[in-house]
Amino acid sequence: MIEQLITEGLAIGACYGLFGVAVAIIYKTSDVVNFGQGEMGMISTFVAYHILTQYGLPFWLAFALTLVFAVLLGMFIEFFFLRPAKDPTVLGLLIITLGAEMLLMGLASWKWGAEQKDFTFPLSVQKLHEPIPGLVLNEWSIGVFVLTALIMVLLFLFFRYSNLGIAMRATQQNQNAAKIMGIKVERVFSFTWGLSSLIGAVAAMFFAARSVLDPNFMMEPFMRAFAAAVLGGLTSIPGVVVGGLMLGLIENFFGYVWPVWKPIVAFVVIIIILTIRPSGLFARHYVKKV
Amino acid sequence: MLTIKNIETWYDLIRALHGISFEINEGDIVALLGSNGAGKTTTLKTIMRLLDNDQPEKGTIEFMGRRIDRLDTEEIVGLGISYVPEGREVFPELSVMENILMGAYTRRDKKAVRQDIESLLRQFPILGQRRSQQAGHLSGGEQQMLAIARALMSRPKLLMLDEPSLGLSPLLTKEIFTIIRRINSEGVTILLVEQNVNMALKYSDYAYLMENGRIVRADKPEVLREDDDVKEFYLGIATEQSVKGYKRYRRKVRFR
Repeated sequence: MIEQLITEGLAIGACYGLFGVAVAIIYKTSDVVNFGQGEMGMISTFVAYHILTQYGLPFWLAFALTLVFAVLLGMFIEFFFLRPAKDPTVLGLLIITLGAEMLLMGLASWKWGAEQKDFTFPLSVQKLHEPIPGLVLNEWSIGVFVLTALIMVLLFLFFRYSNLGIAMRATQQNQNAAKIMGIKVERVFSFTWGLSSLIGAVAAMFFAARSVLDPNFMMEPFMRAFAAAVLGGLTSIPGVVVGGLMLGLIENFFGYVWPVWKPIVAFVVIIIILTIRPSGLFARHYVKKV
Repeated sequence: MLTIKNIETWYDLIRALHGISFEINEGDIVALLGSNGAGKTTTLKTIMRLLDNDQPEKGTIEFMGRRIDRLDTEEIVGLGISYVPEGREVFPELSVMENILMGAYTRRDKKAVRQDIESLLRQFPILGQRRSQQAGHLSGGEQQMLAIARALMSRPKLLMLDEPSLGLSPLLTKEIFTIIRRINSEGVTILLVEQNVNMALKYSDYAYLMENGRIVRADKPEVLREDDDVKEFYLGIATEQSVKGYKRYRRKVRFR
């Protein structure tokens, strides 16, 4: 039973972590928490659903097309919603993302209706496997673990070794200097949004497979993922994933002992972290020398 | 090489540059001098197009016969102008190596970039020793060298330095100026903005003096050094005393 709680907690935690990474990538480059992130994932999942039900394409193709859509959606929102803001403040941009969130939610309700739908996902939570004797995992968790690990490794390589990745880090540290280096700062932002939207869409599809698909389904996972990101420290990507795993575990154990209180654990965690260590457990923050 | 004609730059409703013109010849070290708020940094930022998109409001900037006053910053970098900003502005959480790599962001010739890095690290051995350290942990002088090295990575024809001596000890200042002269001897034209007028006059071939957004003197350093106003205001050599025997805060002077 206890192993079950741990594996299940880690799996859902990895999913929170993955979605938290999407939030963290945007936060790192522009200091803005993208409150529309959940709904961007939601719309992408609906697009996957639409492709699957209307055109009957195989799942992997629908998945790939959805990822392309997600990237375009992220860039679109950056380009048409955030970039036109004149002399933006962080608060202003934050409100814009809130507006984008409502807009996307309305759009989804209008196009696909508010009733709940079943998102057919090839990896089911019911089918169990035992890769190592004694360790029982369901297909869904295996999928989450593999994809999260893969995405983390790719992100690490990207931010460490590719020119664009280093340029993204440079831009987040000093926008002005980045401009002087000849980095097209705007292009970096739009790429950031695309990347974040892509990762968010992957996580959202996994969330949809567990619950149901309706325009509200990403609200809670988003808040949880945000809590995970705050727990790990929004500025450190591995920290966010570890935060997600921790939150998944805490939540699952707590839910086992007091099922009624399970939904609020994440928010209690946010409050505790914000009082004790506001920058998060793993944040490395560079303090500018004056 | 760089010809600036009558540029006017505004910060919203405030005119920072009241139509300045000057010229930089290839191979020179040109100093742009003046006190705080004279418009030196604004001039550099105007050239780099780092201000609002509609600045400069008037005037033209020509670099190697091509107008650049409406180009984007990255195009200007690509044409061969490099800028070392005031206060160094290295990327604090990138390693020294990554900082240098960012300087070559506009370049596509990977092999040559690697060679340039090697030769730069030979020129600045201290950066070589610290290549994997975070730039934010370097000392001020090392950061200044890193900022210069980073700016050189784009293989500039014109290097603009904004107060390279800011916050450095006299000894380090001297070292930085020696480096600047060496870079110049390798064929890079240099535009130097300085408050340390004494040093700047020692190392430059030509100097412009700015005040309140205008250029008020333009001459060779030897001449400027002997100028009474320059002597008094910038080199700190008092000459005049008032009738009662105390030094007036400011000699009455009208430039232009």
